[in-house]
Order: sequence, then structure tokens, then C-alpha cells
Amino acid sequence: MDFARSTVLVCGGTGCTSSGSQKVLKEFETQIAAKGLEKEVKVVQTGCFGLCALGPVVIVYPEGAFYSTVQPEDVEEIVSEHLLKGRVVTRLLYDETVQENSVKSLNETNFYKKQMRIALRNCGVINPENIDEYIALDGYRALGKVLTEMSPEDVIEEIKKSGLRGRGGGGFPTGIKWMLAAKSPNVIGKYVCCNADEGDPGAFMDRSVLEGDPHAVIEAMAIAAYAINAEQGYIYIRAEYPIAVKRLQIAIDQAREYGLLGNNIFGTDFCFDLEIRLGAGAFVCGEETALMTSIEGKRGEPRPRPPFPAVKGLWEKPTLLNNVETYANIPQIILNGADWFTSIGTEKSKGTKVFALGGKINNTGLVEVPMGTTLREIIEEIGGGIPNGKKFKAAQTGGPSGGCIPASLMDVPIDYDSLIQIGSMMGSGGLIVMDEDNCMVDIAKFFLEFTVDESCGKCTPCRIGTKRMLEILERITQGKGTLEDLDKLEALAYNIKESALCGLGQTAPNPVLSTLRYFRDEYEAHVIDKKCPAGVCKALVSYSIVADKCKGCSLCARQCPANAISGEIKSPFTIDQDKCIKCGACIEKCKFGAIIVQ
Amino acid sequence: MSQEQTPAFKGTKEQEQQLMEVINKHKGTDGALIPVLHEAQEIYGYLPVEVQAIISKNLGVTMAEIYGVVTFYTQFTTQPKGEYKIGVCLGTACYVKGSGDILNKIKEKLGISEGECTADGKFSIDATRCIGACGLAPVLTVNDEVYGKITVDDVESILAKYTA
Repeated sequence: MDFARSTVLVCGGTGCTSSGSQKVLKEFETQIAAKGLEKEVKVVQTGCFGLCALGPVVIVYPEGAFYSTVQPEDVEEIVSEHLLKGRVVTRLLYDETVQENSVKSLNETNFYKKQMRIALRNCGVINPENIDEYIALDGYRALGKVLTEMSPEDVIEEIKKSGLRGRGGGGFPTGIKWMLAAKSPNVIGKYVCCNADEGDPGAFMDRSVLEGDPHAVIEAMAIAAYAINAEQGYIYIRAEYPIAVKRLQIAIDQAREYGLLGNNIFGTDFCFDLEIRLGAGAFVCGEETALMTSIEGKRGEPRPRPPFPAVKGLWEKPTLLNNVETYANIPQIILNGADWFTSIGTEKSKGTKVFALGGKINNTGLVEVPMGTTLREIIEEIGGGIPNGKKFKAAQTGGPSGGCIPASLMDVPIDYDSLIQIGSMMGSGGLIVMDEDNCMVDIAKFFLEFTVDESCGKCTPCRIGTKRMLEILERITQGKGTLEDLDKLEALAYNIKESALCGLGQTAPNPVLSTLRYFRDEYEAHVIDKKCPAGVCKALVSYSIVADKCKGCSLCARQCPANAISGEIKSPFTIDQDKCIKCGACIEKCKFGAIIVQ
Repeated sequence: MSQEQTPAFKGTKEQEQQLMEVINKHKGTDGALIPVLHEAQEIYGYLPVEVQAIISKNLGVTMAEIYGVVTFYTQFTTQPKGEYKIGVCLGTACYVKGSGDILNKIKEKLGISEGECTADGKFSIDATRCIGACGLAPVLTVNDEVYGKITVDDVESILAKYTA
């Protein structure tokens, strides 16, 4: 097909695939063939559009009609109405794009309006399994420019000037990292690695880039290899991301076929090739030295630095390691120049940041905003606020290494430094929103459970220290905590921060410290009043029936697995506190809101 | 988990041959052990000591090192899994939306804990790390099928699909 009058883009990211977009895609192909439209309409599977909450998502061009939560049953109607007769199926449009007589562009909706897409520019736009589509949008032009017009020093200088900082969380200046790696001599090998071991729970930015635009990462790694004089690269990716692994492998194969990987790239002396290495489910392997140990085929334990990887990394050779999103920015910086990049963002944090919005928020999904955007803009405008009219309580950034940001700090512009200042950190970009129903002590405990489980065991502060912290938190959530426990918790936290070997251990206490800082009253309620204000910690809550509201329907009593509820029909029931196991089954069933948790 | 609990090894000649092909393919490349273990687990479904021994002998890596690696990474398992592998996501986005309650409900229904397999070999439960489908939270998976935006009440009907 040379020219298609309509193009149907179906999201094939993990979010939409999980909600059934593959069936939708197949159904489109079937229906289009059945109507004899295969010569006029093209169906393309793309990467993530970002609005995962509305999946499966479909866009039909040229109208730009954005259909949300499309089921296979709906496809026939879209094909026969929209594609055949030219009538947009309004009932399936994303609410925000509906307007009289036409379709509102997606870029004008609240979700997209404030976004700026650099790392995600091709996600949801191109077919990630087709290298030609990437090339058509300036793909591999940056690599060509670098190899034919720039010296390795020029490249490093440009990246340094751009002010790009590591998007994996630490925020180390990328240009300096490249310079250090370039300085190490290439005696018998040097490596360029990509960290795609995205282990932070609730973070899926890197996965979306790899699923939606894998060539951008490959191109950037080749540029990095040229800059530091390396010939071999590794992408270390989580085995939990099967779609990303598959698309990345397809992309590598296509790049090899086009001569964009391998020997004498662009007819120059430059040679570079790439291999994928799969992780095997160890969070600590996201730490740079542990990641390299894992690529070597060993237990992924971190090792002390220095020597830094730039001097002694993979197989003891000089190694450059960057995160997926960091790489995704590189081709754009080379093409548009460092000055363009520095015009975006704040004084010390340039460019954009991708966040995975999740938790208690209406528009869960992937957003990319300029550095310096406030939390309020992200949550209230882009994210569409909190569902069910609940109140915002906190946002968690940085995963198990980060902290919770309270409502009072919602107007702080988000960048690397401001987040550190308020006791959190950028992290890789997970942003989980919590409402009044979430208990902050329970959340701190949740993250500690995670770090205790994922601690590799090599150093004592992390292996034993986090375990002791968890035990204290367990005591508190069971109502057995004391005020001294809070002081002990804090002292232990600072101890671990100072003495742990790697980044995982050094940041593990952050969720506890930040919740203690901003939600100390909640800790105190658990310790002094033996109450959980959010009604989450089972040992501290009691269920009771409000007599005025109870109609005596007996629904709750029939639901109760412990037979703790009794009463006469049509008169108020009561809960026997000794029998109640606090499972909450009654509260879910009550139609009159007569059961309360205290 | 002690070795005694592991059921008798039932590997076939064909599986061993497949494993040998995998070992020969990776032999000689740097850091071959983890890719070999991944593929071995795909062949056998788990990595019992018998499989580790074959790898040790033919890849030239000591048993101690293999055992160390297998037990370090959570994706590698020395216990067989059920015909239907249930995974409940306990990533943050799912957790704040109540996936902990869903896990408890499944454990209660099947009478096993996470990491265990039912006596008939039908179901096993794992509490998984974030699978990245945070837009659908809370999420549970049965083999490759993903169930999103579920509630505790959905558990029974989902399990029923596989018990019929």
C-alpha cells in the first residue's frame, strides 16, 4: 500500500496489551478485510500513548479520533461507521475529546496539554517493530551526524553543555560520566551498558520507551560508544518485560541488517554491536556495580566504589552505564543542539522527566513534563485529580529509595535538587498518589518489607538494619509501639544511610524518614492513642454499626465469616468485638453506610 | 525450603537433549550461566538439583556457584510451579489499591501460601513485583492472562474458570 487514506493506531504497550489490545488489533484486521478496506486503511501497532487507564486505546487518523477502552465488540462499529462512512463513533471517544461537529485534538486535552515529549516523542506514534518508521522521523540521523561531522570530544562537550543528568534517579551529570569513561584507555575492551532493570514498583517509564521506541536507545548507545571509544554494548533488561525484550531484539536485528550496528557503520571505521542480557528478578541489580556483576553471570551483589565503573567496570574493563530514559534524550540533543535542551527545565535540571503516574489518580499512565513542573499540575491537571472525591494525602516518588511528599508541598517545582531538599528523590520516575484512605505508617512498612526482601545480604547495615526497622514498624502497626520506638527508628535510619555499601541500602530508610517528617502525627496516633486514623492497620481498628443508619436487613450478618454480627431483623444489628476478625466484608456489603471503622 | 519437599525429578531424555543444545550454544561466551539458567527453566519449569548438575558438568561451573546464583534471583525456582501460576502484583500502585487483600483471599481459597503449589499441582501462588500494568491496578495474572482492576469479590469467579 503506497498511500492509506486512514491509519488506525492500536496501542501495543504492556498496559493496553494487558487489557486486551491484541484482540482489538486482530479484530480490526479481520473487519477491515471483511469490508474490503485493506487497500485504503492501514493498521499499525504502536508503543504506549500514556493514558493507560483508558486502555485499550485506539487512534484513527487523519481525524485524530481517540477511542478509549475499546473492546473487540466495538471494532465492527468503528470500521463500518468511521472507516467506511466517515462518521466518528462519538460514544467510544475519550470524553475529553468530544466536541460538537468535530474531534478535539488530543494535544488540547488536560492530560496532554502540559506535557512535552522528548524521550517519549515516538511512543504511540511509530510502529516500534519497523526501523523505517523510526528513520522517517529523523532516526539514526544523529548517529550519522556524530560519525561524519563530530569528533568524540565534540560529542562529549555537547552532552556536557546540555546539562543532561542521569534519569535513573541519581541525577549525575551524563556528560561528565562520558568524559570519565572516555579518559580510561581502551586496552583490551571497553563497554557501553544500558540499565533497563527498572525495578522500582510502580515505575514503567523505561519499559514504555523500549516498547515504543527501541531504536532511540540503540542509536544513543552507538553514539556513546563512539564518544568513549567502545565496541561492545549490553542492555540489561528485566525478564519481567517480555514485550520490551522482544521489540528490542527485533530492533537490534533490523539495525544490524541496515548496517547501523556491526562493522564500519556509515562507511566509517566505527564498529559497534549490542547484546541483550536478561535480569532474573533482583532489585539490587538496578545498582550499577551489581548490574555489571550480574551480566558477568554471578550473584548480583554490589561492590564498593571506587574504583568507579568508568575505570573498572564490566569484566574489570572501563564501562559506561546509563539509564534507558537518559539514552532516549541523546539523539534529540545531538540533532537540536545543547542550547535547545538547556532552554527547557530549571536552572540545575534541564530537559524533561517522564513519570509513571499511578495509585489513587484518575488518569493513571505515563507523562513527560518539563523539569520544574509542580506536583499540583501533574496530579490535578494532567492526572485529573483523585477518584471518588477523596482528599489527596501524599505522593510517593523515587520508589523504595524515595519519600512521600505531603499536600503542603504540592507547589514545589519538581527537579532533582528540590526533591532531595524535601526528603524525597527523583528516582527513576514512579509517582504514586495516595489518598486519605492510605495509612502512611503502613506505606513505610510496605517499602521496608520490599527492601528487607531485596537486600542482597552483603553488608550488615542493610541486611540487619532494615530488618530491625521493619520489626519496629510492625510493632507500631500492631499497636505495641512506644514513643521511644520512633526515636530508635530515626537513629537507626541515619545509621544505615551512612554505613550501607550501595545505593539500595543508603536510601532504604528514606520512606520511613520522610513519613516521620511529614506524618509524625499519624505515627503518634498509632503509638499513643493506639489508633490508625486511616483505618488500615487491622490490629488498631474496630468495626461498629451505627444504630441510626442500620435498617436491620441482616446482609452484613450473612456475609460475616466469623459470625460476629447478630440482631433482630428490622432492628439495628451489633458486632461482637471479640469475634470480629476485621476482614471488612460487612462494610463492603452494607448498602446504607451504617458500618464504620474507627 | 528443604530439598526433601521437592517431588521426584521427572526429566525426560528429550528435555536433557534440549538442555545440552542450550549449553552448547552459550558455552564459551562470557557470563553464560544466567542465560543458560533462564532457558533451562523454560525447558523444565524449574531448576531442581538434577538440572543444576547437568549444567555444572557441561558448562564447567561449580555446583556451589550455580546454587548461589539460582537462590539469589527470585525468578529462578527449585520448586515446581502449578499448572496455573497465579501472580498477584504487590507493586506500590497495586498495593495502595488493595492487592494485599486480594492475595489473602486467594491464599484462603486455595489453602496455600505464596511460593507454594496445591497438592494436585493445579495452582501455585506468587506475590510478584511490579509487572508494570499500573494503569490496571490492582492486577493479578494467571499464566499469561492478565486480570486488571479486580476486587476481592472477583477472586472466586476468576479461580472458577480454571477449576472447571
